[in-house]
Amino acid sequence: MDNSLDMQFSAGDKDLNYVGKRTKRPDGVDKVTGRARFGADTRLPGMLYGKILRSPHAHARIISIDTSKAEALGGVKAVVTRDDFEDRESEFVPAGEMMVNYRDMVRNIMAREKVLYDGHAVAAVAATSVSIAKKALKLIDVEYEILPHVIDVCDAMTPDAPVLHEDLITEGVDPVPTKGSNVAKRIEFKLGDVVKGFEQADEILEKTFDTKPVHQGYIEPHACLASCSESGSADLWCSTQGQYLVRAHCAKLMGMEISKLRVTPSEIGGGFGGKTVVFLEPVALALSRKTFRPVKMTMTRDEVFRATGPTSGANVRVKIGITNDGKITAAEAELKYQAGAFQGSSVQPGCMCAFAPYDLQNVDVVGWDVLTNRPKVAAYRAPGAPISEYAVECVLDELADRIGMDAVDLRLKNAAKEGTQTAYGPKLGPVGFVEVLQAVKSSDHFKAPLGANQGRGIGVGFWFNIGGETCVSMSVNEDGTLTLVTGSPDIGGSRASICNMAAEELGIDVEKINPIIADTSSLGFNFLSAGSRTTFACGMATIEAARNAIDNMRARVAQLWEVPVESVIWENGAARPASSNAGEFDPMTLPEIAKIAPKTGGPISGHAEINAQGAGPGFGAHMVDIEVDRETGHVKVLRYTVVQDAGKAIHPSYVEGQYQGGAVQCIGWALNEEYIYGDDGCLQNSGFLDYRIPLASDLPMIETIIVEVPNPNHPYGVRGVGETPIIPGLAAISNAISDATGLRMTALPMSPPKVLQALKQAQA
Amino acid sequence: MSKYHVTTTVNNDEFEFLCEPTQTMLDVLRDELNLTGSKEGCATGDCGACSVVMDGRLVCSCLVLGVEMEGKSIETIEGMADGDDLHPLQQKFLDHAALQCGICTPGVLVSAKALLEKNPDPTETEVRYWLAGNLCRCTGYDKIIRAVMDAAKEMRAA
Amino acid sequence: MQYEAPETLAAAVELLAGTSGQARILAGGTDLLVQLHADMTDPDLLVDIKKIQELREITNVDGRFTIGAAITGAELGEHPDVKKIWPGVVEGLELIGSTQVQGRATIGGNLCNASPAADVVPALIAADAIVHVAGPAGRRQIAVEEFAIGPGKTSLAKDEIVVSLSFPPRGERASDAYLRFIPRTEMDIAVVGCGISLERDAHGICTQARVALGAVAARALLVPAAAAAIIGTSLDAAALDNLAAAASTACSPIDDKRGTIEFRTDVAGVLARRVAKIAYDRAG
Repeated sequence: MDNSLDMQFSAGDKDLNYVGKRTKRPDGVDKVTGRARFGADTRLPGMLYGKILRSPHAHARIISIDTSKAEALGGVKAVVTRDDFEDRESEFVPAGEMMVNYRDMVRNIMAREKVLYDGHAVAAVAATSVSIAKKALKLIDVEYEILPHVIDVCDAMTPDAPVLHEDLITEGVDPVPTKGSNVAKRIEFKLGDVVKGFEQADEILEKTFDTKPVHQGYIEPHACLASCSESGSADLWCSTQGQYLVRAHCAKLMGMEISKLRVTPSEIGGGFGGKTVVFLEPVALALSRKTFRPVKMTMTRDEVFRATGPTSGANVRVKIGITNDGKITAAEAELKYQAGAFQGSSVQPGCMCAFAPYDLQNVDVVGWDVLTNRPKVAAYRAPGAPISEYAVECVLDELADRIGMDAVDLRLKNAAKEGTQTAYGPKLGPVGFVEVLQAVKSSDHFKAPLGANQGRGIGVGFWFNIGGETCVSMSVNEDGTLTLVTGSPDIGGSRASICNMAAEELGIDVEKINPIIADTSSLGFNFLSAGSRTTFACGMATIEAARNAIDNMRARVAQLWEVPVESVIWENGAARPASSNAGEFDPMTLPEIAKIAPKTGGPISGHAEINAQGAGPGFGAHMVDIEVDRETGHVKVLRYTVVQDAGKAIHPSYVEGQYQGGAVQCIGWALNEEYIYGDDGCLQNSGFLDYRIPLASDLPMIETIIVEVPNPNHPYGVRGVGETPIIPGLAAISNAISDATGLRMTALPMSPPKVLQALKQAQA
Repeated sequence: MSKYHVTTTVNNDEFEFLCEPTQTMLDVLRDELNLTGSKEGCATGDCGACSVVMDGRLVCSCLVLGVEMEGKSIETIEGMADGDDLHPLQQKFLDHAALQCGICTPGVLVSAKALLEKNPDPTETEVRYWLAGNLCRCTGYDKIIRAVMDAAKEMRAA
Repeated sequence: MQYEAPETLAAAVELLAGTSGQARILAGGTDLLVQLHADMTDPDLLVDIKKIQELREITNVDGRFTIGAAITGAELGEHPDVKKIWPGVVEGLELIGSTQVQGRATIGGNLCNASPAADVVPALIAADAIVHVAGPAGRRQIAVEEFAIGPGKTSLAKDEIVVSLSFPPRGERASDAYLRFIPRTEMDIAVVGCGISLERDAHGICTQARVALGAVAARALLVPAAAAAIIGTSLDAAALDNLAAAASTACSPIDDKRGTIEFRTDVAGVLARRVAKIAYDRAG
């Protein structure tokens, strides 16, 4: 933003009344009473129910689709297939931290030439009841020619692998291949000279790691309600991390003008990156456009697992060289990430983050984006980073062991700091990594004793955080209250943080602020709630909008007092004379100004339209104690501490909440969560019974330490805290198991059968 | 499919409705009675977002048929507060920031209330095991457990 | 689909016998409703048996317990006497699913589901329970280890209903236990389950034992060789080693999404040891 310098001040410069306070969340009461409306909670008169027919095959050519029997069933009002969606040009646009391609998207929402994964949508029905819609699906005849499939990333890269898209030519390799393969892209980030770096090393360690795809696991399945009017306009209600991106994608796929489509976000029941793309929404619109009736669609949990984006599974090779006194001399990695059925895995951020926690001279990271017969991956919290940083942190831990150095000291010795040149591009500004590591060392947890079969591990994490396009509007109401309109869905309490900042700026009671999350027609464009941008960017726009409203009110008061506007300042919720030179006036509070607004020029509002820049990178460290049952391979988490630099915790409770939730997602990813496929290429655990996310009874309390090294680019120093907490835990848990058993597990999840097998092998 | 006529009591209100024999109690609550506070997260009894109390027993409403509601008394999240007077659990969930997205919250609250009615002084472990069937993906459960323990303490003192 | 909730056993049997289509019995519904939801079953008739009084009772006649088939985990857990005498059976049933599932899932349902991994079944086999069945021809009894004949398959005829389970009287120094291995702490299906019931004499010598394993074969197994390994011992280290070896030897599991052959075979032995110790201590 252009005036970011004007907005700077240090958070410590004045006493803060709301920023940093544990205020009541504005949407709280509605969420504890069941009143809050989530994606599946909206109904309309005349509504139809849509259901999707999905592929039972991992890879097959669609020979024909016969929908005639389904269409003839009483109560069925419309059926759509590939023929109802116009093909689109190959064109990449950003969505969250990933790029999307409309040619691929139109094929992902409804299979065209081929089905590319178990669960791929093939047809959809709208009927007067769910049971009729389900019956109709059984009447659709699809003739398939089953093709060989490939599930594993390394298998998919072999020359004789079944190819998903014959016309996919690998980018970034020289010479350019002449024939299609599953390898979409090769990317590389280099700094210095790794060959020389390895020559300077006293110890070099190279290891390869495997990770499985894991799902975001939000508890709310995807849901939407679409209503197309004969006028050509349409309304869409859905659970999403970004109503404006839903609008963009749906308008594109439906061939609509953007202004004709209004998307209203519901309360969102978890996203973690997985609700940044569209699945049901274009289909519901297509069904509604055929019937001119509202069409409601909700996914079952089985559909969520089979057909929405998990994160990549990967194969990662890491090689690091260090000197005997702990200086890293060279770091090399090769990352092979599954993209699923269409290109666009998170391998790029994976590459960029891999070694980003460290101040290094010589780095070489190569990434491969690889297609497999699995659902197209979607962002999952710091997409790509947990996988690459897991591998790096495991190798570093072993190197620390080899040279007899404390694992935290090794990281401190190499820690990235202000001025560090990253391998992926920029030099770092002020960051709090050293402070994080120091907080780890001085914590009680670090010093606590361990028992038999117990181990302690640490891991660290880096995420860029992002800003992006944001609009905020606020109205000063005639009774002195404030309506705050933002366009960023609130996934984890961001409304509370935004209100804290607005109250701080305006100097009014935070409970006088009512925040609303706007539909796409009521406010200008906002990027997704993703990349840890909401409190940062939406906060920045809120502050600017509040200052805009304050300027407006100062001008009104200046006019009343007949003084220049510069002579009126805003302090503690009131306009005051800038100094005694400005005259003797009683302060005018916001409600007083609001009350007489009609006489001073009409309604008072404030607004901001920005493209927020200067997000501050987030560094964190996790420390975990585990106990291994040597007879069963079961790993119990005994104690867990998250330390992370928040920049400034605007609402500490929700910052802690992000740390705790991310840590537990790490625990799930590390120990039990995985997509399990049969030989037929079909997913075998598409439910919460066998896709095992952590339970309350699996866990200890998750301790948190909030470090605050302000981001100078944000008025209160915010960095963004949502992504980083899912990065450090995978390695921390692996390192803890290694500490307890002396074994290095190199594949996730470290589930009991694998741990027991490793223990037995070590014994033999 | 012919429908069944069912008379039931939900949150002390008597309801009559018609339902298909395959509709679950959750379908009925949400689609026929417009009580959408109970959520569908899985429809297989694995997530607990649809938790309700039926004749004094905590159950997943997705695992009960609508026709089985005949003559039963059901308590849902919508009946937990008394007007704008929140139940101590609801208040503690707000105080402790025990929710992030909030989709699991109704089910967790209904479960926790059933626990405290059975066991007013549970240990942390007892709370964790009682709530093992209520999945939460946002919070890591920490603040939920704290809120339940704190509510129990307050309710014991009252 | 037709739904019926008869109030007598005779009426229920008549409904089952009278239908030409597919009929399913609804007790707790915690498996049936999942199957309905997933379109894995599409019955023409659903017979809800929860209104039949005999299926909802727990009786104790001279130390012989009879537990109605429609008794839920929560109800069994709240029964003070059963828990005292058959703690292993109670913990087997109580391990199924969440608190919510406990409010619905029944002892008869877990049995009739005929899952090799059913939690209460190894405990019932160890307890030497008898299954009481009613059908058009009257009543019959089946030894619980003979009840399931394969995954999802029982020895019930189409028109038969499980009424109750009965248990033999217990000596003074007798008890039982059940443990399962799961990756998490709750909510999972057993990867291996083990139930052991035993009796010891005044000197601490195990005089009688039954050992049963779940999830290691096509149906839950009674393992006499494992019992033999501990009978006549005071569960010394050698006896426990023999028990574990016999338990592992009895396994003929499969590799699946929940565990490997090797893992199940190893852990069966581990659990047998742990369960035997618990049952032995309880019996003392």
